[in-house]
Amino acid sequence: MVLQSFKNCLWVSCVLRAPKACFWSTASGGLIIQSVSNDVYQNLAVEDWIHDHMDLEKQQVLFLWRNSPAVVIGRHQNPWQECNLRLLRQKNIKLARRRSGGGTVYHDLGNINLTFFTTRKKYERMENLKLVVKALKALRPQLDVQVTDRYDILLDRQYKISGTAAKLGRTSAYHHCTLLCNADKFVLSSVLKSPYKGLKSNATPSVPASVKNLFEEDPSLTSEMLLDAIAKEYAVQHQIDHHVTLINPADETLLPGISNKTEELQTWEWVYGKTPKFSISTCLNMAYKDSVLDVKVNMDVKHGRIEVCNIDLPEQWLPPGLYSELVKNLTGSKFCPNETTTLVATLLRVCPQDDELHSRWSLLCENMIRLM
Amino acid sequence: VCIHRVRSCSSIRFIKSKYVCVFDKSALKFSHQQRLFRTSAVSCGQIVQFKLSDIGEGITEVTVKEWYIKEGDSVSQFDSICEVQSDKASVTITSRYDGVIRKLHYSIDDIAFVGKPLVDIEIDASKGVASEEDVVETPPMSHEEHTHQEIKGHKTLATPAVRRLAMENNIKLSEVVGTGKDNRILKEDILNYLAKQTGAILPPSPKAEIVPPLRKTEAVPAAPKDKARKIPVAVSRPIAFSGKDKTEPVTGFQKAMVKTMSAALKIPHFGYSDEIDLTQLVQLREELKPLAEIRGVKLSFMPFFIKAASLGLLQYPILNASLDENCQNVTYKASHNIGVAMDTEQGLIVPNVKNVQVCSVFDIAVELNRLQSLGSAGQLGTSDLTGGTFTLSNIGTIGGTYAKPVILPPEVAIGALGKIQVLPRFNGKGEVFKAQIMNVSWSADHRIIDGATMARFSNLWKSYLENPASMLLDLK
Repeated sequence: MVLQSFKNCLWVSCVLRAPKACFWSTASGGLIIQSVSNDVYQNLAVEDWIHDHMDLEKQQVLFLWRNSPAVVIGRHQNPWQECNLRLLRQKNIKLARRRSGGGTVYHDLGNINLTFFTTRKKYERMENLKLVVKALKALRPQLDVQVTDRYDILLDRQYKISGTAAKLGRTSAYHHCTLLCNADKFVLSSVLKSPYKGLKSNATPSVPASVKNLFEEDPSLTSEMLLDAIAKEYAVQHQIDHHVTLINPADETLLPGISNKTEELQTWEWVYGKTPKFSISTCLNMAYKDSVLDVKVNMDVKHGRIEVCNIDLPEQWLPPGLYSELVKNLTGSKFCPNETTTLVATLLRVCPQDDELHSRWSLLCENMIRLM
Repeated sequence: VCIHRVRSCSSIRFIKSKYVCVFDKSALKFSHQQRLFRTSAVSCGQIVQFKLSDIGEGITEVTVKEWYIKEGDSVSQFDSICEVQSDKASVTITSRYDGVIRKLHYSIDDIAFVGKPLVDIEIDASKGVASEEDVVETPPMSHEEHTHQEIKGHKTLATPAVRRLAMENNIKLSEVVGTGKDNRILKEDILNYLAKQTGAILPPSPKAEIVPPLRKTEAVPAAPKDKARKIPVAVSRPIAFSGKDKTEPVTGFQKAMVKTMSAALKIPHFGYSDEIDLTQLVQLREELKPLAEIRGVKLSFMPFFIKAASLGLLQYPILNASLDENCQNVTYKASHNIGVAMDTEQGLIVPNVKNVQVCSVFDIAVELNRLQSLGSAGQLGTSDLTGGTFTLSNIGTIGGTYAKPVILPPEVAIGALGKIQVLPRFNGKGEVFKAQIMNVSWSADHRIIDGATMARFSNLWKSYLENPASMLLDLK
């Protein structure tokens, strides 16, 4: 009897609380939520939160989100291999590593993201993609869109407008995909081209594809229209109201623990440190005085840190003591331009005060930093 | 034959026989020797082969991408074991059993097969073997409880041992806050919950017995003069503190700083401090701030401090010098590259403003803005961070008044600026007025700088700042 009244109390408190919190109540079959944030880390954190905390047995969830400019790499990828990190830093484009597999994508507000949450048993990517295609065709019947067996969606049988990735846990799973509506293709192609040479790794490589925006096919289309069409189709298929609940990924009361998840996704250890072990074998072409030096460099990078470093300098170009000091300090250090810059600048303080020596040191270090 | 040391505790004298080991190699057989060197980890449980379960979508093989555990680690049910990937899907494989990992069947980047063993786990003999089917995680509670959890939309994770403990103590798992991974409820959480509910003293653990005997004597009524003394009462409740020490290697920039600071320590430092009345400068800055803003530049006090320092260095160039390794030559640097200590995520970085001797206060402000935005974005270049000849550290922005700054080699002087405080001071007429006071603490290399030089430089710098109009006379 005591337990019964306790349950009643909880229902009452659920109703009395702010409407947004009520989405925990048992809506049958499905739930559609949309993020009010454009921060890639906050949105990825929402995915983590739903995956870890929600019981998807009774209701499946569709999560709609968009991000301000960001490059998102797959769980097991190498950012140096996948994108132009220098350009990202210059343009202030964020870099995020998601928890699902697959390849690298560029997000901006002209791209929409859809995440389908189900139990592990009900994980079915084809069904989800067919739903998206059905929604697109309902909106614009003349669109030539179809799903491939690689789980891409192609426009006019040529251009990729959607890529897919998935994450499976013990009891729940999610499948998410992108959809290009009106993204900046110029920025997309320039940031997804890696300038780094001589990288060897077993990280998952991306498969480059020609892309096209749906907007190019039909200028009357907007991201909002696409989101609405997909939500509508999902509602029909799950026999629920076509109602989209807005959620704020910064709301700790609604999503307890979300700020920790958001923070973790931004740490260097996650974004760069989770890169599978790789090696670099390249040649620095250093213009010094009247000649050009070819300097072979070999490095092993594990957990984003330099494990082994070999620089093949001409003999006595740097005093041997100084060379070994440089290598000793680089070993164990993050494979990161900022870390290396401050490291070499600090080491220079305890070098002999010789202009010639300083200019050689600076030249070598600048070239090394460019590898990162 | 080995004879071990024998100690008799009952008597005062120890009867100690010498530790004698006689190895008669011919007599000892090989197998006998093996027995003596037996490994300490004795397996007493059952080894179970945990097979890779079905991924779905008809997938038969996956690539192992990361191991979360290694051989010898203990795992609990539901702990993550590894991450595998198949066709754009990343899958977290969790353990079905409590036990110890005995063997990993694959290395990173190997192909693993569904239905084949992934790891070998040694299960505790006491717990027995769990069934091969997927363990259903419904908690052992009444139907209402189960519905209650659906309402919240939360799952409750706890190992069988923890569930038993909860059940024995009549605790609803849904009311316990889980602090483990995925909000799993751990044994400590149950204990904490119990302690909060009853306030009772839990079954005595070894810690509880260390109660100071003083408590008993305190109960005896003490003389009035003893009332002032208060002895804290020891808490006998065991507190579940699961914090552990964390050791990390010193790497990268931190490691380089260790080397630099060790070298700095070899410089004989002397300190000199003074108080600066910035009342006039504060007023001047207020007037100039909007002008700078129109030009798109944020104007702080630093550009004034830096320019005044450069003017001072023109008169006392030895403070902008460098002593070589053998202390045989002093190099007077022509450029005033004044370093500004900056607090960033990485630590204390010191970029410098180049050639302050030919820069106006506005030029310095522009350059500072540039260095500050690069610094916070983690994008300072090597040229920004090298070539400094003199440094100012504005520790006052964080707090504090006096400091004992450490000289950054190869420089010979450094100044630390405290925070600006509003304090009462006497003016020329003997009246008290509100003054804006800042303290400066200089450190200099006593091998080539003497106290008088430092004092005179400081006085000159102070006079420029206390009476900013005087800077106009000496500006180049």
